[in-house]
Amino acid sequence: MTKAQDSKKVGVFIASAIALCVLPFIVGGSLGNSWVRIVDFALLYVMLALGLNIVVGFAGLLDLGFIAFYAVGAYTYALLSSPHFGLHLPFYITIPLGALFAAFFGILLGTPVLRLKGDYLAIVTLGFGEIIRIFMNNLNAPVNITNGPQGINLIDPIHVAGVDLGTPISLFGLNLPPVYLYYYLFLVLTVIVVIMAWRLQHSRIGRAWVALREDQIAASAMGINIRNIKLLAFALGALSGGVAGGLFSAFQGFVSPESFSLLESIMILAMIVLGGMGNIAGVILGAVVLTIAPEILRDVIGPLQMKTMGRMLIDPENARMLLFGLAMVAMMLVRPEGMLPSKRRKAEFRDAKAAAAQKG
Amino acid sequence: MAEVLLKIEGIHKRFGGLHALNDVGLTINKGEIYGLIGPNGAGKTTLFNVLTGLYVPDEGSFTFDGKNLFQAKPHIVVESGIARTFQNIRLFAEMTALENVMVGRHIRSKAGALGAVLRDRRTREEERAIEAKAWELLEYVGITDVAEERARNLSYGHQRRLEIARALATEPKLLALDEPAAGMNPRETEELKELMSKIAKGGVTVLLIEHDVKLMMGLCDRIAVLDYGKKIAEGVPEEVRRNPKVIEAYLGAAHA
Repeated sequence: MTKAQDSKKVGVFIASAIALCVLPFIVGGSLGNSWVRIVDFALLYVMLALGLNIVVGFAGLLDLGFIAFYAVGAYTYALLSSPHFGLHLPFYITIPLGALFAAFFGILLGTPVLRLKGDYLAIVTLGFGEIIRIFMNNLNAPVNITNGPQGINLIDPIHVAGVDLGTPISLFGLNLPPVYLYYYLFLVLTVIVVIMAWRLQHSRIGRAWVALREDQIAASAMGINIRNIKLLAFALGALSGGVAGGLFSAFQGFVSPESFSLLESIMILAMIVLGGMGNIAGVILGAVVLTIAPEILRDVIGPLQMKTMGRMLIDPENARMLLFGLAMVAMMLVRPEGMLPSKRRKAEFRDAKAAAAQKG
Repeated sequence: MAEVLLKIEGIHKRFGGLHALNDVGLTINKGEIYGLIGPNGAGKTTLFNVLTGLYVPDEGSFTFDGKNLFQAKPHIVVESGIARTFQNIRLFAEMTALENVMVGRHIRSKAGALGAVLRDRRTREEERAIEAKAWELLEYVGITDVAEERARNLSYGHQRRLEIARALATEPKLLALDEPAAGMNPRETEELKELMSKIAKGGVTVLLIEHDVKLMMGLCDRIAVLDYGKKIAEGVPEEVRRNPKVIEAYLGAAHA
């Protein structure tokens, strides 16, 4: 690499770091704090999508129940930092604990599905996701653990070094509401997750995952322990889902089983597929687009109908899902490998297409 | 008496009603090139899969380098020192040639998820060593010029060589090659023969399945013949060639 390229890289890095730091002020200043909140959620979804990407994108194991790990992380935080049990443990215990629990559940899911792949794996993981949600829904009797469908309320906000992220603070004359404070916390953790995912991808483990994805038999003939490497993918993916779950819990102050529906699992998978499976930049883009786009549609569809037709023809909520579905179908037809595919995935798609064409 | 590297006895493998391997036993000595021939469907590849842990044998015994490998998992077999190639080349098609060989180093390296994430000095050094070894092996089989190409785009002969390099990356004591010369032209076959001799001289024992009987006769120290899941002959090539059972299996009873 030349010096000019190097300094250009550093320049891009500094510029994007500054942009990410001032982002909440720009968004909050122009669109209001509700949009900063949406940006916060986008970061949570980036973490989730990157976690699922380890399982689906790197190791090639289709998982339709990923939201379960988000739920495990969220409920761990909620139960250990709320009046529900009267426990108020600090976040640096609850969030790692939630992540570990989620990883444990990842292994719990991974073990029985070791021999499954493709459609069968998808169905079992889907069932697993639903089981976790139904457990959360019903674990209020005979002993009340999760408070059932009512969910858990008044969850403690995160305190970092004595600063309560749940109440506004003012710093150098700037008023920082909670959504801003959480933004910075989420940003730091997202960056950590991105670095982790990138480093895993470019390591001995990452190579073993790709080998597993491309040809399991050849991978085992290379001495890769298929069982361990699959479980590792499930555990590490779940770990990042668990972290995001804990953050979600603290951010919302409330969790209920409703937040962890199958649709959420599908959304996260859609983020990966749309963005470009296996490619970290693509997955981030997919997560951001799929969090922001529906919100823009929500803001646009209603007023647009009123303006053009003078009345609400289609319920904005339905229209939003309709447009969203159409966009996904169009995307899969035009660019099935996603917006920013990894080179390798792109090639896999091309070859699959060529093979299909040959078969006629 | 040469030192025994691999010994199987009384191996049985059944698939439903098909008795694919029926009481097969063989002994491979250190440093030799051992050939396995037989008509189509004789059970050669099945035996290969048993020897590399992909199939679990129903009965018998299997010791390798003093270790019991009966019903062992593939990664244990590889770790013990048996590496293989496949009849219908199974490279990681979308990985580069270099990456393919680097995957072969998996079993001889240690870095786990934590090492990968922290990138400590040991992990970085190991990663460098993996890459250096991979380059070395590509050089050994003579395909460094296509190291950065995706495996799928390699010519057939190069793919075969790459598969051998990848297998060698696991540092095998026994290299098992399943029809490596299939589909090769005479010149490529000749080059492959040289490569196999080079590997054997380097101290790696070679087990070879091949249809090309002429190639086998010239290359192998000893040969075993399978027919209908049974071993019908074993010995030095000259002996095997004259064995009436072998002639019968290959040419039919009228010629025996």
